[in-house]
Amino acid sequence: MADYYNLFTTVQARGPVHHGTELGPGNSPRFGHPVLFWLLGKIGNAQLGPIYLGGFGVLSLVCGMVAFNIIGLNMLASVNWDPVQLVRQLFWLALEPPPPEYGLSMPPLNQGGWFLIVGLLLSISVLAWWVRMYRRAIALGMGTHVAWAFAAALWLFFVLGFFRPILMGSWGEAVPYGIFPHLDWTAALSIRYGNLFYNPFHALSIVFLYGSVLLFAMHGATILAVTRYGGEREIEQIVDRGTASERAALFWRWTMGFNASMESIHRWAWWFAVLCPLTGGIGILLTGTVVDNWYLWAIKHGVAPPYPNVFPAVIDPALTLGAKP
Amino acid sequence: MAMLSFEKKYRVRGGTLVAGDLFDFWLGPFYVGFFGVTTIFFAFLGTAMILWGASQGPTWNLWQISIAPPNLSYGLRFAPLMEGGLWQLITICALGAFVSWALREVEICRKLGMGYHVPAAFSMAIFAYFTLEVIRPVLMGAWGHAFPYGIYSHLDWVSNVGYQYLHFHYNPAHMLAVSFFFATTFALSLHGALILSATNPGKGQVVKTPEHEDTFFRDTIGYSIGTLGIHRLGVFLAMAAVAFSALCIVISGPFWSRGWPEWWGWWLNLPIWSQWP
Repeated sequence: MADYYNLFTTVQARGPVHHGTELGPGNSPRFGHPVLFWLLGKIGNAQLGPIYLGGFGVLSLVCGMVAFNIIGLNMLASVNWDPVQLVRQLFWLALEPPPPEYGLSMPPLNQGGWFLIVGLLLSISVLAWWVRMYRRAIALGMGTHVAWAFAAALWLFFVLGFFRPILMGSWGEAVPYGIFPHLDWTAALSIRYGNLFYNPFHALSIVFLYGSVLLFAMHGATILAVTRYGGEREIEQIVDRGTASERAALFWRWTMGFNASMESIHRWAWWFAVLCPLTGGIGILLTGTVVDNWYLWAIKHGVAPPYPNVFPAVIDPALTLGAKP
Repeated sequence: MAMLSFEKKYRVRGGTLVAGDLFDFWLGPFYVGFFGVTTIFFAFLGTAMILWGASQGPTWNLWQISIAPPNLSYGLRFAPLMEGGLWQLITICALGAFVSWALREVEICRKLGMGYHVPAAFSMAIFAYFTLEVIRPVLMGAWGHAFPYGIYSHLDWVSNVGYQYLHFHYNPAHMLAVSFFFATTFALSLHGALILSATNPGKGQVVKTPEHEDTFFRDTIGYSIGTLGIHRLGVFLAMAAVAFSALCIVISGPFWSRGWPEWWGWWLNLPIWSQWP
């Protein structure tokens, strides 16, 4: 019985490697000769490679690597070019955005100039990657669902680093590059705007984040539980329903009174995952631009209760008699 | 009759863990079973107590209704109903309902000849809930350390407990948990999109094959994990997210009572740093 749990591949078949489906005219050849890794084969396909580079792939990788190196060199400069301290303090180091007084102008390189250059390079990198995902799907005769899901993540990325800083009138609003510094930025943003937990779009975003994890646990576990009936062959199950799909559907119907189909579960998955950054981006865009304090917003709309007045009211010293010089 | 066209041949007797044939029947689309009865019992009782507690509280505002655990002064004792006793009984009912639900899933798996992957994954979520509401309060010595049952009150609890440790983002287990949450959602979007893109290729195109799916990911990132592997990866990422969530809260208090940023001092003070100039 335990053999059927299918947590790992116990017998790996070794055949000729697959070089990919046929490429039409206008494509460059694929790069690299595929190799087989036994360890990869324990959980999924053993084959690594080949890869398709193409113009947009190269552009994306080059811009991304240059940006990564600028961040690293700025961090290294901040510890006086000491490589040991770079390793020791790596999680604390950052490439910070410009101070607020520069507004939306170009600051000197060491005061946020490098930060803006990195932002530009990363923007080119992710946009080129989007074009690449779109064009590879078209080249293989597939739908462009991956590219559009990626666009939802790009929305959040550009809200954080582009749209909101412009609306706020300062590049200093953008997120710093660094492990602990970007966490500090997150906590500071939440506190400054009255606790993001009271932001309804933040709440929705977390619902879709947790919902996505729940869905993948349910879907992944269901498919693994029917792999003994060939359930992992999802495309075949979609176009020609077999006993694996029927059992998977009935499991949920008998458990909770409702079931998806082999195709529709992937639509649930796509929308839950996409709505997470989509709603999150809306929540961030409204923070500081439209709403200054989410806690007061929540009180105004009857969502949060006002806290009891435990501190006696303080009189503004400017209003007391004789305070003015 | 709420039956799918192919459903009748699957509705067979047997596979139950306890009570034999006694509750081996369906109500509409739902399978009942012994654990369906216990699920209904605990869920109804717990919901009724929440409603009764709300009726004794200050508000019917859905966002603000809250059933709080006992005051810290009660320690690990039973508290009077209106001072947290209700919370204690609701917690027992919740655990009873969750475990019953998991065992009912096991019976349904057995009926359908499926593996136990779904109830196993669900058990991880139950374990995280048990960690938050039972294990950590017991280790801390008071039920008052558990979170209240209310939509915004439980968010306030998360916020307050987070700031008790100064800055919870610096909790290493919390960092891993959040990373796994993001990674699971990322992987889910890729998997959902890939299946949809292979089966909905656009007007005039034929439905594609797993060879196309593999080629798409090899072309773009150099590796495709494959139809079977992606579901193993998804279950692993999701369960790891929940497991590290449970870990990150159970170490906060029982094993580390200062600010989480301070915890990283061991790294900054490793003896190796002074050995290089």
